[in-house]
Amino acid sequence: MDTETSNQTGRGSAANPPRAAWLGRTGIGRALAALVVLTFGTALAQQGGSAVVSFQDDVSTLDPAIGYDWQNWSIIKSIFDGLMDYVPGTTELVPHLAESYTVSDDGLTYTFALRDDVKFHNGRPLVAQDVKYSLERTLDPATQSPGQGFYFTIKGAQEFVDGKADEVSGIEVVDDHTVKFTTTEPDASFLHKLGLNFAHIVPREAVEAADGDFGHQPVGTGGFKLKEWVLGQRIVLERNPDYFEAGLPYLDELTFQVGVDPNVAFLRLQRGEVDILGDGIPSARYTEVMADPTWSKQVAVGEQMQTGYVTINVQMEPFTDVRVRQALNMAINKDRIVRIINNRAVPATQILPPLFESYASDYAGYPYDVAAAKALLADAGYPNGFDTVLYAYNVAPNDRIAQAIQADLAEIGVRAELRTQAQSTVIEAGGAGEAPLLWSGGMAWIADYPDPNNFYWPILACASNIPGGWNWSKYCNEDIEARAAYADTLARTDQHAERVEAWRSIFVDIMGDAPWIPIFHELQVSMHSTNVTGPKEIFVDPMHIPVHYEMVRRAE
Amino acid sequence: MIWYLAQRLLQAVGVMLGVTVITFLLVFLLPADPARMIAGRSATPATVASIRSELGLDRPLPVQYVSYVKGLVTGKMGRSYAQKAEVTRLIRARLLPTVQLALAGIVFELLIGLPAGIMAALKRGTGVDQTVMALAFVGVSAPQFVVGLLLIYFLSYLLPIFPLGGYGTPLHVILPAITVGLAGGGWYARVTRSAMIEVLRQDYVRTARAKGVFPTKVVFKHVLKNAVLPVVALVGLDIGVFMGGIVIVESVFGWPGIGQMIWQAIQLVDIPVIMGGVIVTALFVVVGNLLADIVYPALDPRIRYS
Repeated sequence: MDTETSNQTGRGSAANPPRAAWLGRTGIGRALAALVVLTFGTALAQQGGSAVVSFQDDVSTLDPAIGYDWQNWSIIKSIFDGLMDYVPGTTELVPHLAESYTVSDDGLTYTFALRDDVKFHNGRPLVAQDVKYSLERTLDPATQSPGQGFYFTIKGAQEFVDGKADEVSGIEVVDDHTVKFTTTEPDASFLHKLGLNFAHIVPREAVEAADGDFGHQPVGTGGFKLKEWVLGQRIVLERNPDYFEAGLPYLDELTFQVGVDPNVAFLRLQRGEVDILGDGIPSARYTEVMADPTWSKQVAVGEQMQTGYVTINVQMEPFTDVRVRQALNMAINKDRIVRIINNRAVPATQILPPLFESYASDYAGYPYDVAAAKALLADAGYPNGFDTVLYAYNVAPNDRIAQAIQADLAEIGVRAELRTQAQSTVIEAGGAGEAPLLWSGGMAWIADYPDPNNFYWPILACASNIPGGWNWSKYCNEDIEARAAYADTLARTDQHAERVEAWRSIFVDIMGDAPWIPIFHELQVSMHSTNVTGPKEIFVDPMHIPVHYEMVRRAE
Repeated sequence: MIWYLAQRLLQAVGVMLGVTVITFLLVFLLPADPARMIAGRSATPATVASIRSELGLDRPLPVQYVSYVKGLVTGKMGRSYAQKAEVTRLIRARLLPTVQLALAGIVFELLIGLPAGIMAALKRGTGVDQTVMALAFVGVSAPQFVVGLLLIYFLSYLLPIFPLGGYGTPLHVILPAITVGLAGGGWYARVTRSAMIEVLRQDYVRTARAKGVFPTKVVFKHVLKNAVLPVVALVGLDIGVFMGGIVIVESVFGWPGIGQMIWQAIQLVDIPVIMGGVIVTALFVVVGNLLADIVYPALDPRIRYS
């Protein structure tokens, strides 16, 4: 086709199954992807058995349009599917319910060819109309979806949300297996957004039958389907025998036990009653576990798309002076803070975590240099420092981290009063612009999807510098904003490198303005029993926290 | 008696209304916006506003209150913000486990507290008395999460007698109930002891002893029956308090009680669940006290309501 850039081998490419062909062609030949493809062949022999995951908190909902916490996020992913997904254990975006897709040259139209072998758990085959229904459901204000905001670039979404249209004109059902999205502007992260849970496909009849409580009666297309949910006690999922990914999932049954204290969960794991610690290793046992030759083998450590940072309110005196903000950046001993959390993080030099392509590995950030920081403060007219307030979430270890930051600031003469409060209160203070300094821990940014713009628009953009927004620095640099907007129009595959570079320089330049003190990037640590196994990557999957459930196998 | 009960019931309705008003005000005074908590980090202001209006939070507070109470009268508590499910359904799922743990906890409080208190009173001033009272003090003061974790570690992990927390069989309830019983038992022992000592001084006890009534019979029939009133009051209170959930014990043992539900709802600013949980709890406090009042005259004919 002349007018469209084909990102895909077409549907029904004769020689190869489309998905495998696609994997081969785009050269994702990473070890894991290869492994996944290889295991499809031998998977049947490894299927069977069950596993138990423990959580302290109850699971609030399994509705993909509603669920938005790290606990329900991955459970939902194992019950539902979207048009796009990620290669297990990586941040590599691939078509999922879509067999293939094409993007028009102007980057405004996405045409998806759906797989024809997908069935909902109720037995009905998935058709294009389901895609349209699901996206419209997420956009519908009555659904109250926290993901609504991701889909306003779809043409007609605004009119639909405002009640001026009955449907979203930018989502067209071409035929039963073809669906076309039109966006109002090129949106380079659009495919990532279609990989979010909020764009997972749900069957209308099941949503309506659930009468407002679809979150407890989920029906999807995923590898697992709901077998039993005893509120406050357990959720039992069983294998979906009709799952379109051959050989997956490996387990016949997966049980989530909720209400389990992390310390008790750890004892149960020793006893073999729990296979995966959903809340991770209890911090009191962490050092002991990592030092133990047997236990440490059951631990997987990996990166995640997270940055813990202190926001500096750039509109408040004396932080209006960039030198003061830079001085603060040089005052913090990040290595010591990382030690407070048992080295479960790497010190941060910049805003983006290393997992991102746009991470500037050649950028060193601000050095820890108390003398230089003091000099900068004196330069700015504060030789004796000043008084300020540091907000933080009052749950460990954030209170201790805030104390460490307070102590470091005191070294350069900045006397910060600590206000450790409930999470919702801190968020409120940050959004209202009342917090001079705010340690983001416990509320820190974990990207929704692995695209750098997700670290800019909601938390650093002029557009999010609004009362109640998450831009707690109240930072707004019009020049940066224009560059960011431009970078996001670079939606074509052949513009990818340019876009990566554009975002790299944007984030380095933001560091020059120093609206944040990036502290660390938390690592993902998960522990599992010897009864379950699988590639290490799936136990620290950056897109599935804590574990990619469909890929977990029972050990021989 | 009937007149008295009617009066008490009327009072109870007043108390419940007061509870709804105060809880409603407190929840709305929280410096947190439930709409924003639901909307999450990526929401546009328009999304937050539309969620707020979907939830009816943009209406004036009195209007919201009246519509809430109207629902309440017809048995509706609204839908959870976070879970979207009916609050009544969420509470129903937690009710049976909560009742079970509350009753088992009270049984263990009595099992531990009563004998200890009786023993201490009878051996007043001796080493037995001092030891029992010291232990009662430890029981009352020891943090429940420490006691609970120790019990689990020793009696479930090292010696696998009991399950490692959870809910299901009668065996599951014993350790949580002991944890509750150790703390409350201390109070019961103190109260029983002082009430016993009071009664032991009475003339009729001396008379009973003098006329040669068997000592055990003196203690149980003459003394304990008269000394047990304050304990009944305590039980009445405990019914109410425990039905509000025993958050710490519930979370250590993974007991699916109402306390955990309310606790999580507070974290999420899930107002309908907080309201529902508090109202149900208040209801049990009122009922527990009422029950104690009704039991009094049966135990002590000197008490008459008129």
